[in-house]
Parts: sequence; C-alpha cells; structure tokens
Amino acid sequence: MHPEQPTRDWTTDYDIFDAGFVRDPYPAMHDIRESTCPVAHTERWGGSWMPTRYDDIVAIAQEHDVFTSRNIIVVPPPPGVLEGPYAGVAAPPITSDPPEHHWHRRTILPTFAPQAVAKYEDGTRALCDRLIDSFIEAGQADAAADYAQQIPVRVIATMLGVPLEMADEFTSWVRGVLEIGLTDAKVRLENRMKILGFFRGQLDDRKANPREHDLITDLLNTKVDGELVSENYVMGVCNLMLVAGIDTTWSAIGSSLWHLAQHPEHRRQLCDQPEIWPTAIEELLRAYSPVTMARIVDRDTEFQGCPMHAGDRVLMSFPAANRDPRQFDDPDDVILDREHNRHVAFGAGIHRCAGSNLARLELRVALQTWMERIPEFELIEPEAVTWAGGQVRGPRRCLVRFT
Amino acid sequence: MRARVDADKCHGHQSCAIASPEVFGSDLYGNAVVLLDPVPAHLEASARRAAANCPERAISIQEEA
Repeated sequence: MHPEQPTRDWTTDYDIFDAGFVRDPYPAMHDIRESTCPVAHTERWGGSWMPTRYDDIVAIAQEHDVFTSRNIIVVPPPPGVLEGPYAGVAAPPITSDPPEHHWHRRTILPTFAPQAVAKYEDGTRALCDRLIDSFIEAGQADAAADYAQQIPVRVIATMLGVPLEMADEFTSWVRGVLEIGLTDAKVRLENRMKILGFFRGQLDDRKANPREHDLITDLLNTKVDGELVSENYVMGVCNLMLVAGIDTTWSAIGSSLWHLAQHPEHRRQLCDQPEIWPTAIEELLRAYSPVTMARIVDRDTEFQGCPMHAGDRVLMSFPAANRDPRQFDDPDDVILDREHNRHVAFGAGIHRCAGSNLARLELRVALQTWMERIPEFELIEPEAVTWAGGQVRGPRRCLVRFT
Repeated sequence: MRARVDADKCHGHQSCAIASPEVFGSDLYGNAVVLLDPVPAHLEASARRAAANCPERAISIQEEA
C-alpha cells in the first residue's frame, strides 16, 4: 500500500505522509497549484486526487451530490470497520449526505451557534490560566503539548458531560484514529472501538440514571418528526465531537503560537492594537489551516480535465486553497489585519465545520490568555519542533522560552 | 445602503459577523442575519468588508437604500 520510494513528481505521486510535506507542505502545494496539473493524483495510501486551487476546492465542496461525504478520512477505512457492534455508527452530520444531512446537522447547529458557545468562554479562560500557572515559573514550556493539546479536549468533555479526568485517554484515542491510525489500520480500528465503547457506556448510564441536562441527554431526547432519534445517531454525533473537536483546534492553537514565537512584530501588533484580534484569528486560521477532508466521487465525472471515477477519493486541501494567490494577495504572508479573507479553513458548502464558532472562541481565548501572561517568547530550538499531518496538521512538540 | 444574505448560499461561517458585528449577526442555527437595514452611513464600509469576507459569496450589497 505504501511504496517506500520518496516522491519524485508531486503532481502524479504525492505523499501526504512524506516527512518533509508534513513539516512544511506549502512549497509542494505551490508547485502543484502552479503546474499544468493543479489537480494532482497519487496511487499512494489507497489512491486519491488533490486539487490545490481555491476555486476548484470550493466548487467541489459545493457540488455535494457528486462529491459525497460517505467517507471523509484521507485514507480508506481499515478492514473490519464496517462490521461488529458499531458498524452502523458514523460521524453525523459530517459523514451524512442529503437528504438526512439536513436534520442531522440542524439538530446540532443551535448548540454551536456563536451565542450558544459564548457560555464556554469564562471556563476556557480559567482553564488556560491554570495551564499557564503550571509552567510559567519554569520560564519555558511545550506550547503544543503542555498548552494547546490540553485545551480543546477539556472544553469538549465539558460540553458532552463526560469525565474531565479522562482527558489524556480521550486525546490518545483521537490520535489513534486521526493521527497514528491513518497509517496503521490496527491502531485506527482499536481506537475507534474504544471511543464507541466509551460512548455506548455513557448512553446506557444516562438511560439508567437520567440526568437533568447535558448534551448527550439532550441528544437522546431529541425527536425528529415525532420520533426519538436513533442511538446510532447520538453515538455518531458524540464520536464526531470527540474526533473532530480536539486535535483540529489544538493544532490551530499550536500553529498560531509557533508563528507568534517567531514574529515579535506580530506579538507587538496584537498588544498595541487589541481590536484586531478577531481579524487576526481569521488570518491565522487561513495561513495555518489544520484540516484536510476527503470526498468520495459518487459517479464517473470529469473535473478540470481529470477523469474521476465512482468511488475515487478527493482530498479537500483547505490549507492549499487558503494559500492560493488567485484568491489571496501575498498568500504566504501572515497579515494580521488582512482586509479581505474568504478563507475556507472550516470548509465550504453544507459541510462547513459545525464547531467553527467554538473553535474560534477556543483559539482566541487560548492566544489572548497566553499573550497577556507571556507576551514575549521564542522557539528554543526551531529544528526540534515536530509536526503531525495528513488529516490534521499542527505542531506536536514546540518548546518555547519566555523572554 | 441595504445588505442581504442569500439564505440558500449562507452556511453559517459567521465571517460577516466577524468583519462587521454591528451589521451582521446569527440566527438560532448560526446562519447570518442582517441586523441593520438599511445600513447606516457610518457602517457602509464595514458592511462591504463583510461581503468581501464571505466564503460562500452569500452577501449582496445594494448601494442605494
């Protein structure tokens, strides 16, 4: 499945797990985008297409009847995933297609509207403060592992009403599915089973011991057209929140701190002009978009001259779209007060990230709290920063010194 | 000036409300709504900026009220 030879031609043989690409994918994305073949193809990792231009990626996102979401992971599912007790559990609404997609999504959207997620701001700020308390005296920290990684998992656990003290286990399961598991089918399947087994237990517990109010209880009590929703749907939403809500936002926080550690002028700008924070958050999301999703081609079609067949996988490289010079002036420059920014870090079309308002809140609070308490910091050893990539790209080890 | 959101195109990015929080807001589902119609003169630039930040190109601006 995985040819050991290094990639020679990125337009016909790209490797999303190539170490150099994971560390810095932008030069290869640029080369593909500006080549005569801006929709690249590879046979590696089960085979896929990878458009790199903004307009192409947005067009595919909007053409959801041809480019379906029946599987959204960047590599094919491991054998055995469609069998066993949780065979019917997906990750709605991200894995749903119309017409079910409509109610799958509409049921959870109010939970994630800006006015609804605002209630998590104070708790997130207190969490960030506690994390900083734990390392500020040391004069240095791992901005990825000690800080960024610790935040979204606790916010999501709070929302779901599951034990916060299991945060490290949740993180390990999610990495097992979305990071290590992408290139190791056994790990991916094992961790999927751990996640679904855990939520099965949570559902059973709430049925035996009803709780007044938490998200899982609310989901179990949700009716559509007069009927309670299925437990597979509830399990699927929980699965999505854990898997999609943790290392995505953690990666965005980590990449942003990695950037700020190297740009004193941007640290000063945020101190001197705090009113630009909302715009700055959008720019950091654009420049360091963590997430690549996949689509499955429903029926044979031609896209930009490429013969795509039913069942083919298309990688939606939102990071590549967001660096397209056809859409963004000076796309490789981070301009914190960028005036026009139609970025698609959260995707586009009907599958726009349902948790985007929560992710933004966490990113803003995490960065603001850090900058208030640690306004000056730098990378200890830039070459030692490690990155994860593939589906979600961000730093996993990022030591910084407070100066 | 009047601003309009095409409800079929809006998918709730909320980019407009970030660019122009006085003119744009969110409904129960997080989709965009116009809060000020017509748009007051001092917020016209802000509303144009919101339109230019929408990834779905769902916002249209009618310059004359």
